[in-house]
Amino acid sequence: MRTMTNKKVGRGSAGRIINFLVLCGIAVFMVLPMIYTVGSSFKPLNELWVYPPRFLPQNPTWNNYQDLVTVMNNSLVPFSRYIFNTLLIAAVGTAGNVLLSSLSAYAFSKRRFPGQRALFEIVKLALMYSVVVMGIVRFLLISWFGWLNSYLAYIVPAFATSLGLYLMKQFMDQMIPDSVLEAARIDGAGEMHIFFRIVMPMVKSAWVTLIIFSFQDLWATGATNVVYSENLKTLNYALSQILAGGVARTGIGTAAAVLMMIVPLLVFIVAQSNVIETMATSGMKD
Amino acid sequence: MKKAAKLTASARRTQRIEICKSYAFILPHFCLLFVFTILPVAIAIVLSFTYFNTLEAPYFIGLDNYVRMFTTDDVFMTALKNTLLLAVLLGPGGYLISMFLAWMISELGDKIRVLMTVLFYAPSISGNVYLIWSVLFSGDMYGYANSILLELGVISSPINWLADTRYMMGIVIVVSLWTSMGTNFLTFVAGFKGIDRQYYEAGMIDGISNRWQELWFITLPIIRPQMLFAAIISISGAFSCGAVSEALCGFPSQDYAVYTLMNHLSDYGGARYEMGYACAITTLLFLMTVGFNLFVQRLIKKIGV
Repeated sequence: MRTMTNKKVGRGSAGRIINFLVLCGIAVFMVLPMIYTVGSSFKPLNELWVYPPRFLPQNPTWNNYQDLVTVMNNSLVPFSRYIFNTLLIAAVGTAGNVLLSSLSAYAFSKRRFPGQRALFEIVKLALMYSVVVMGIVRFLLISWFGWLNSYLAYIVPAFATSLGLYLMKQFMDQMIPDSVLEAARIDGAGEMHIFFRIVMPMVKSAWVTLIIFSFQDLWATGATNVVYSENLKTLNYALSQILAGGVARTGIGTAAAVLMMIVPLLVFIVAQSNVIETMATSGMKD
Repeated sequence: MKKAAKLTASARRTQRIEICKSYAFILPHFCLLFVFTILPVAIAIVLSFTYFNTLEAPYFIGLDNYVRMFTTDDVFMTALKNTLLLAVLLGPGGYLISMFLAWMISELGDKIRVLMTVLFYAPSISGNVYLIWSVLFSGDMYGYANSILLELGVISSPINWLADTRYMMGIVIVVSLWTSMGTNFLTFVAGFKGIDRQYYEAGMIDGISNRWQELWFITLPIIRPQMLFAAIISISGAFSCGAVSEALCGFPSQDYAVYTLMNHLSDYGGARYEMGYACAITTLLFLMTVGFNLFVQRLIKKIGV
């Protein structure tokens, strides 16, 4: 009797080992700069500037983190304000994006209306260009709306992304059988009931993924041309200023960089199986 | 239309209500998407034919912005050349690398695959940790690249990596590729993971004899939908490159060696307020990104046939 596992051609054990070793090599290349960053954030001052430079600290210390807290406490705008700004932007922006994208995706996936195909083609086209292309005119629009230098300038454009709608719709297409919705309609359920009580629980992976992507984007919000008041600026902006503070600030700078990267990384690790499940349905049919 | 006419008045009314409900579902999202994503491109195209400094009303100047771009703006030509080079290397290059890595990862066991996925994906979401590369390639002897090469005796004095036009482009490409294993990579990981092993068994019976044939005739056609989506993510990201080169090599970089259209855009749109000209650059960037995307979509549809 043959076993049914691993029926793929050309996978000798030598091939597997080479495959694994190559991957390990690339993985080391990917993580080394990050390990170096974490390592440097624990280096005492005298180890940051030695020749030849050392990769990991010999006498690890929390000094850089303590200094970071000191710098934070002494900044013109209290650091808690930067943190509050980033959390507010990330929370409201993400919530809006998930809600609006999901509502729209439900109609695109499970309802029929005139213009549906054309509108979805526009969404796919909008996936093809990046924020850079919209930057200049977004600035003009936001200034016409009188939203310059307000939270609105950060948050409202983040409410509606083509990626959010696209991912939610593709997931709903594959994961929600029409029969479930028909049964609910026969039972007299209203559309809002169907959406919140039946559809959304079934596409949890998709909105968890959208929360992650949206949070990553908004967490990384840095200096922009639409907000110039210091007390409306973000954590990423404030930490980048420290990081750009030059040689004397290298220690605190790496501590700041660690702080910025650890949050999205942890969030992703916690939710990665949801993300992979969602991306499996993200394919584009020709 | 004929079918609708046969319906009773009340059925038609229900149908109309259903259509209105559908529009109600998409309305909030679509209004905002229209205003902040679709309208900006349309407005940029219109403004690209004007002179506009944001203080006075824009006035029409025909093709002058485009003529200026290609005839008198030397920096633009450099930026265009750099952007095309980077876009081709980072777009298709990053795309193929992320696909290849995801394919290699798919051969691993479950736990180790998850670990590798996190490790490869991490740089793309780590904010501006790529700034650390400027320490690794720092121009004095404290930089890692210099200290290793000095130690080995390859060089006798430190190289100013990030201001030497011979090395800047290479370094920007490496660092950009390092950050490019993002959503595109996850799409491939998920795509390869979802392939039913039965296809491979059927392939073996049909006479597929090595893993490259297997890749071309079985694997790639199955994940073609993922390939189409990941291509869009890779390419639109590649054309908007500029943040990495600005962070590592400064703004503007030495001899504009890694200066891109995105940098040029923020110069004219953000610093000089020459919005008409900036919009002309925007329009060109839009056309290049979408054009290249559509071209690649056609290529991918030819796979495995």
